[in-house]
Amino acid sequence: MIEIVNIRKSFGTQTVLNGVSMKIEDGELAAIIGGSGGGKSVFLKHLIGILRPDEGQILVDGVDIAKAHGSQLDRVRENFGVVFQEGALFDSLSVFDNVAFPLREKTKLHRDEVKKRVIGALEDVGLKGMEMKVPAEISGGMKRRVALARALITEPKIVLFDEPTTGLDPIISNSIHRLIIGTHKKYGFTGVIISHEIPAIFDVADKVGMLYNGLLIEYGTPEEIRGSANPFVRQFITGSLEGPIELL
Amino acid sequence: MFSIIRALGSWVLSELRGLGRSFIFLADAVRMVFTPPFKFSVMLRQLRFFGNKSLSVIFLTGAFTGMVLSLQVYYTLRKFGAEAMLGPAVALSIIRELGPVLSALMVTGRAGSALTAQIGIMNITEQIDALRSMALNPMRYLIVPNIVAAVIAFPLLTSIFDTIGIFGGSVIASELFGIKSATYFSQMQDFVAMEDIRIGLYKALSFGVIVSWICCYKGYYTGYGAEGVSKATTAAVVMSSVLILVWDYFLGSIYH
Repeated sequence: MIEIVNIRKSFGTQTVLNGVSMKIEDGELAAIIGGSGGGKSVFLKHLIGILRPDEGQILVDGVDIAKAHGSQLDRVRENFGVVFQEGALFDSLSVFDNVAFPLREKTKLHRDEVKKRVIGALEDVGLKGMEMKVPAEISGGMKRRVALARALITEPKIVLFDEPTTGLDPIISNSIHRLIIGTHKKYGFTGVIISHEIPAIFDVADKVGMLYNGLLIEYGTPEEIRGSANPFVRQFITGSLEGPIELL
Repeated sequence: MFSIIRALGSWVLSELRGLGRSFIFLADAVRMVFTPPFKFSVMLRQLRFFGNKSLSVIFLTGAFTGMVLSLQVYYTLRKFGAEAMLGPAVALSIIRELGPVLSALMVTGRAGSALTAQIGIMNITEQIDALRSMALNPMRYLIVPNIVAAVIAFPLLTSIFDTIGIFGGSVIASELFGIKSATYFSQMQDFVAMEDIRIGLYKALSFGVIVSWICCYKGYYTGYGAEGVSKATTAAVVMSSVLILVWDYFLGSIYH
């Protein structure tokens, strides 16, 4: 279980997170929505200890990663897989080596077993036969799928998705969402998805929360969010230009 | 007036913070050089990057440095009737000063700038965060192998530069000035001591640390976007080059 308790984060004079609290149960797929520049990616980076909050706790299975360092933090991170915004694949490695990377570095598996697992993971994301391509030779959608395969290769308990469909066309976006749902069913991980894909994300997530001005202003099931009376949430999910959200 | 003092104070504090961070960065990297796990394959790849791929530029600059040095020094020596000293003069200049310094400057331009850009791009495209998210230390994967590779490659490249430079000088001495190769090299044996070679190699080794440290550091803490990487790359090359010359003066003043 992931429990976030009142985290605050500022960069200089700019407050990005202003007391966010939420709880994500094991096996749950939670989505965080909100406008661009609203602190969603900053929030995600807190969950894996890449950024540390100025205040508050981030409890992952009872361990506060806001205060964890060194090997303790590494032990917590070993439970995570992350799909970064643009994939964050290693440029110099092939698709195969990218997916194999965590296995080679974190396990002592025999090379045949590594190969079997990597090919299996690439099959899961529909990229069989693309093993020897390098990231520069594949499309944006393929990069996200390779990133998903890399994130899942160690079968982590928690998978974080940082805007996994940003910049992709609707069909590819939909295929990525299907993949997330499919792999979630297969592996049963706890997931956090940062997204502003409305309304598609309502079909993917078990819970949806909205970040606005550094606060989690609403958190509930997709139905609850759809029916929310909060004017900020209503404006955001309808995409209306009229409402309390300031256009920057 | 008050705002100027405040801005100045803020700038000084920010520079001091940067300086402290860069030394902590180097200290962390040096500590990891001696603690497992070691990334030999990455280090070998970077050795090729610093070493093999710099060979052509080292050959060219070494040869022309030796040739131009021979050309210039000959006319000075002729005024004193000391043409026979051309070999030692060229060799000592190259081994003690020009070899280590010019090799380091050339490798900074060729490999250092590329290294900063590569690490900087890895930073802004979240590849470094990806390593962290896998519970892997980016310093161990990206920085330590480069520092080790540079420490090995710089003295080797300098040795090659020295050799090519001295031979380049001998070609000019024999072809243009009619000085026999035997004279050129025999005088060199009398005047160039092992200590001179050792000093040159010490310099090269320390330049390897400086260039890899500065270039990795600038890439690791690059700013946002293409502009951030561009600024980091420029700053890395300028700072490395200046530090090479300053450190060369410092070592030169000690060893004299």
